Amino acid sequence: MILAVLTVAGTAAAMGLRNAVHCVLALTVGFAGVAALYLQLGAQFVGLTQIMVYVGAVAILAVFAIMMTHSPEPVKQPAFSSQWFVGSIVAASVFAVLAWEIRSGAAFTQGLPPQPYVTVQQIGDALMHHFILPLEIMGLLLTAALIGAVVIAMGHEEEMK
Amino acid sequence: MTHIAQLAQQLDRIFVLAKHWLLGFVPSAAQPICSAILSVVPVILAFPLLFAITTWLERKGLGRMQNRYGPNRVGPCGILQPIADGIKSLTKEDIVPITADHAVHFLAPVLLVAASFMGFAVLPIGRNMVIANLNAGVLFFFAVGSLMELAVFMAGWSSRSKYSLLGAMRAIAQMISYEVPLVLASIVVIMQAGSLSTVAIVNMQATYTGIWPHWFVLTPWGFAGFVLFMVAATAESNRSPFDLPEGESEIIAGYYTEYSGFKFALFFMGEYIGMFATSGMAITLFLGGWSAPFSFLTWIPSYFWFFAKLLALIAVFIWVRGTLPRLRMDQLMNLAWEFMLPMTLLNLLTAGIWHFMPAGPSRWLVCSTMVAVPCILLSRGLKHKKKFQVHTYHYSE
Amino acid sequence: MVGEGILKGMAETARNFFGSYFRKDRLTTVQYPEERDAQIESARSFPFLVYDGTDWHDGMRCVACQICEKECPPKCIFIEKSKDKKPDANGKPQFYPATFDIDISVCMSCQICVEVCPFDAIKMDVDYSLSTDDRFGGLLLNKQRLAKSDAYYNSIHPTEAAAVDARLAAERARQEAKAKAAAEAKSAADAKLAATTPAQPASGEPR
Repeated sequence: MILAVLTVAGTAAAMGLRNAVHCVLALTVGFAGVAALYLQLGAQFVGLTQIMVYVGAVAILAVFAIMMTHSPEPVKQPAFSSQWFVGSIVAASVFAVLAWEIRSGAAFTQGLPPQPYVTVQQIGDALMHHFILPLEIMGLLLTAALIGAVVIAMGHEEEMK
Repeated sequence: MTHIAQLAQQLDRIFVLAKHWLLGFVPSAAQPICSAILSVVPVILAFPLLFAITTWLERKGLGRMQNRYGPNRVGPCGILQPIADGIKSLTKEDIVPITADHAVHFLAPVLLVAASFMGFAVLPIGRNMVIANLNAGVLFFFAVGSLMELAVFMAGWSSRSKYSLLGAMRAIAQMISYEVPLVLASIVVIMQAGSLSTVAIVNMQATYTGIWPHWFVLTPWGFAGFVLFMVAATAESNRSPFDLPEGESEIIAGYYTEYSGFKFALFFMGEYIGMFATSGMAITLFLGGWSAPFSFLTWIPSYFWFFAKLLALIAVFIWVRGTLPRLRMDQLMNLAWEFMLPMTLLNLLTAGIWHFMPAGPSRWLVCSTMVAVPCILLSRGLKHKKKFQVHTYHYSE
Repeated sequence: MVGEGILKGMAETARNFFGSYFRKDRLTTVQYPEERDAQIESARSFPFLVYDGTDWHDGMRCVACQICEKECPPKCIFIEKSKDKKPDANGKPQFYPATFDIDISVCMSCQICVEVCPFDAIKMDVDYSLSTDDRFGGLLLNKQRLAKSDAYYNSIHPTEAAAVDARLAAERARQEAKAKAAAEAKSAADAKLAATTPAQPASGEPR
């Protein structure tokens, strides 16, 4: 419960704060809250990987992006945009759809199944046997992205010379 | 069991027994939380004390290596110098730049120290002496290590100063780059042990054949992994020769330029505690945790061996700091991406081959050559490449 | 060999570290203030006034000629000449400084006062631990604080002091020889005068 409140507060602050860097840090709190929720649910691997990847890498990436592009002064914009009414209707409807789906889902109607104790070995086995094709495709995709990034950076450097 | 062996065993379990005895005084409803507190408090007391001793050791050690005395005025041999330093940093005025982001500026050292201390939760300091026996202990450690980068960024950004920001960017780039070889070097151990739990890894290394222990460092892939892990750990904690982000002669103090007094001391402490935590992880993964080096020395308590190994690694850190000049930023990054990453990947391959070959001298030979030959070729190749690099200077247009 | 440079460097620092415990000459630190490095002979800090003998007032060589006061570039010497005279080391009555102050916070140790003094009365001291917490008069040295004996001068600048002493002794010897020659000439003249005058009545009878 506390963790849920923390997560929601973090992400709400990420939307509401003026200073862009403060927003990213609040988002990081939200990420950490989600990771703690994972850990509380017993998914150790996912929770810890969430911290390592989101807090450790994605948040850093976001702050780097803000550091390079934004000016340090907080942007003088009103906290609530002018279309807040329509926005809140859309958000409320999305929430209603999601809540209805979850309520009518298997967990609530049939009761929770016994919590499976998933070890890292089982995850590894599943990745290597069942999900080997998606794993390889993701690896290929990431390699392509990495090479593309390097090519763009190098191309920029060639231009500068 | 002989009297001596019994005494040795009691001495080994003295902290566990003390904790159980203390818990007996607490009503059973509060026992879990008291148990947690009783596990955590010794760590919080012992490692800052070790930090104080390390600052003294470092200054004396570096001094002797540089043909001078270290501090020798404050107590006998300067042993009270850390107390003097502590009093100094506590009584200094806490200056915060007026344009700084006060909330973030305050939280950065707090986050750094908190993240550094959290890493100790999964280190087994003695037999049955680990705060939290997580199933994914090693993963927890690296996850917490990545929190330190965020703290570094917060420190650099909130100071609103050019030097701080530059230092923070360099520090983060360095820490992220070296996290990759750090994690990859530890993956070989996880492969061999078959578990992410630190307790299981140490238990696997605590067995002996004859007098030799089964430490992972005593295998070719383990040795290479240990060396790579230690180099990456030195870079992760921004320690010489990788201390460009905090290089005092280059960019003042980098990301903690604008910190003074106690916050500076907290940064200092966070860095050193991070160094201890990473050394502790290296000891757990490669050097057999709390196990004795020879089978006839097992009567010495396990926590003694952990701290002895930790002190030995600290001595190596200080030794390397006194010997090597600082690496330039591009040299640093080249080392991480061009040398250490291929070496760790090759090390993975070597460990796999070790696992599948039958025990005997043949697998030693194969794995040693698989580790040594690419290392030599790669380092020679990289050194030669440097000669033909064209350096262009971009002047601001 | 790969890593050779690093290993050789580490062996060197290890040798430094362990060697520093066994051979004290590896540690080049001078533990001030318990140990001090010896100063070279021509070291100098601030001026002092030399006196001969044991009485600092009577034996002082300074005759208040005020040449050093005029030549001093930052004008840190303040002299007041006395109204009366006192005999110096050679017995000749000379003026002496009633007040002789040097402000060593102004003095730049240029040694010009030493070079121009015709009487070898002011020389350079080597004492550097002169710090004081008295802001307003602590660094203004008066005549008594500036007076140091010739024996002290010999101890801090041996060859220089020996040369000065030799020169002064030679000067004194020359003066004495001149005085003796003058006295002898005077006594010879007196004797001659005494010899001629009573010879007249004595030589009256044989004529």
